[in-house]
Amino acid sequence: MAEALALTDVAFRWPGRAGFGLSVPGWRVAAGARLLLLGESGSGKSTLLSLICGINRPDRGRVEVDGTDLGALGSTRRDRVRAERIGVVFQQFNLLPYASPTDNICLPLRFAPERRQRAEAAGRGGARAEARRLMTALKLPEEAIDAPRAGLLSVGQQQRIAVARALIGAPPLLIADEPTSALDAGSQDAFLDLLFTQCEAAGTTLIMVSHDDRLAPRFDDAIRLEDIATIQRTGFAA
Amino acid sequence: MILTRLAFRSLIARRITVGLTILSIALSVALFMGVEKVRTGAKGSFADTISDTDLIVGARSGSVQLLLYSVFRIGNATNNITWQSYQEIAERPEVDWMVPISLGDSHHQFRVMGTTEAYFDRYHFRGGRSLSFAQGGRMDDLFDAVIGADVARELGYELGDPIVVAHGIASFTEHDDLPFRVAGILDRTGTPVDRTVIVGLDAITAIHVDWQGGARAPGQTTPAEELRQMDLTPDAVTAAMVGVKNRIQIFQLQRWINEYPSEPLLAVLPGVALQELWGIVGIAETALIGVSGMVVATALIGMAAMIFSGLNERRREMAILRANGARPLTIMGLLTLEAAMMALAGALLGAVMLYLGLWLAQPWIDAAFGLYLTIDAPSAREGMVLVTVVLAGAATGLLPALRAYRLSLADGMTPRT
Repeated sequence: MAEALALTDVAFRWPGRAGFGLSVPGWRVAAGARLLLLGESGSGKSTLLSLICGINRPDRGRVEVDGTDLGALGSTRRDRVRAERIGVVFQQFNLLPYASPTDNICLPLRFAPERRQRAEAAGRGGARAEARRLMTALKLPEEAIDAPRAGLLSVGQQQRIAVARALIGAPPLLIADEPTSALDAGSQDAFLDLLFTQCEAAGTTLIMVSHDDRLAPRFDDAIRLEDIATIQRTGFAA
Repeated sequence: MILTRLAFRSLIARRITVGLTILSIALSVALFMGVEKVRTGAKGSFADTISDTDLIVGARSGSVQLLLYSVFRIGNATNNITWQSYQEIAERPEVDWMVPISLGDSHHQFRVMGTTEAYFDRYHFRGGRSLSFAQGGRMDDLFDAVIGADVARELGYELGDPIVVAHGIASFTEHDDLPFRVAGILDRTGTPVDRTVIVGLDAITAIHVDWQGGARAPGQTTPAEELRQMDLTPDAVTAAMVGVKNRIQIFQLQRWINEYPSEPLLAVLPGVALQELWGIVGIAETALIGVSGMVVATALIGMAAMIFSGLNERRREMAILRANGARPLTIMGLLTLEAAMMALAGALLGAVMLYLGLWLAQPWIDAAFGLYLTIDAPSAREGMVLVTVVLAGAATGLLPALRAYRLSLADGMTPRT
């Protein structure tokens, strides 16, 4: 089966942060999988995500997204691969509060021409039509869809805008970092249903990072960060 | 397009600080362009004060001094031209017309100028415009006076009002035995004529008949009626305006006058003398432009400081852009674009403020300073100023943009604030 993500013999240490490093001997995620990555605060989740997204380059090893080794690419190409192939949903949703929901959703398309083409093709009326379709599919009410600024929306609505932004143009990989932490149990379930449905429709692999292991039964697989990665807090030998 | 829209929306979201920054740029731009307007307006106003006069003749001194006292009524003549010399020049074959000017007396704070009727025909200003009367007309009687618009307004004079001329400038001695009568009030010209009392050249002679050595001869008072019968040919005049028949003869006549053997005379071309004057005031002009340029630079640095101070709060915004595929260079470009947009808004607002201010203040400036500031469409030079401000704004924005570039490299998707 094809792999959406593969990390091989990866090691990384933050520049200027002597003592904090992360290594991943080997980790593979199959295309189309719904994976829950469990980890506590400070366990190295952000560092791992920055490597997967190509923000940082590993000191050693390979990080392959959809078959492309990010470590072999220059920073510009890595930025492009991130825009084209990875959608990210943050814990705080990280919307631009002054931009409209549609502008927020279309933002990654500005940096990803192929993804834009896919979005335009899917939307039939262009990328903005696709953004609207996604918002409707994510059950956002009309007044939220047409809001002048994302900052005016409720937390739940902002969360769904963030999901739509990550899904537009059907990137092969979606990473969701604690997207349900602000929701009660009922809302969590409803949100996950929507997320799974949309990922399946787009053919997108989902890796969701959380500290809440009660979510594990909803996923194809759940894995603890410490099972795949080692954190070095007092010294790191490359 | 979406980035431009986002940059614009980001500015709107920070509208108070951004608004104040734009306002400071606008004020500095308005000041800079205003100084430029006043400078060119003053030059234009000076240059417009006299036209269609080929030469100004006076006693030998400096050409700027001659121009200042004869045309602008600033300062005093060092000497006079004898009437004989005046007539010799007037009889030269090159001379088409010649108008005498006799200065030296005053009325309140205004200069009194003795001249002939030809002055009203030959004196032109602002590209060939002639003097016109708001009320009344030229002098009919020996003791008639025509007053400029400012004289009438400031002293509240109307036709028929008496005018007593003081002997000399800022003198307490008056020709109170021979008062003049206001026969005409001129329309506003925006030239020193507005602040001048014009009387006949013979009237200047008449009021000095009983005077010797700058003082009234004791017990001697010639009645006005008797004066009207006298030959009032002057002994000398202060200066003269000259028009030549053919403009190619100007330099020939000028040389002849400057080499006039009987007395030391000076003939100047008004335009050339004005150029000399600009040369003298050029240093002050440069200093003024330099100061206003510094004000613009200060406003732009203020803008950079504003962007700098907001960077920490905006690290999340930059991280969002990075997470969605923006390159650090894109973020740097976004901040530079933002600075350019602020500078553009400031420059345009400054231009609007300037023209609105000019429109509102133009009549007052004209009335108060005799400075007529034209309200034309922005010149190419003003356009260059605006473009330079925008480019300088973008360049200034590069400093915080560079910092944002480094921050976005360090932060990645997670701002470390």
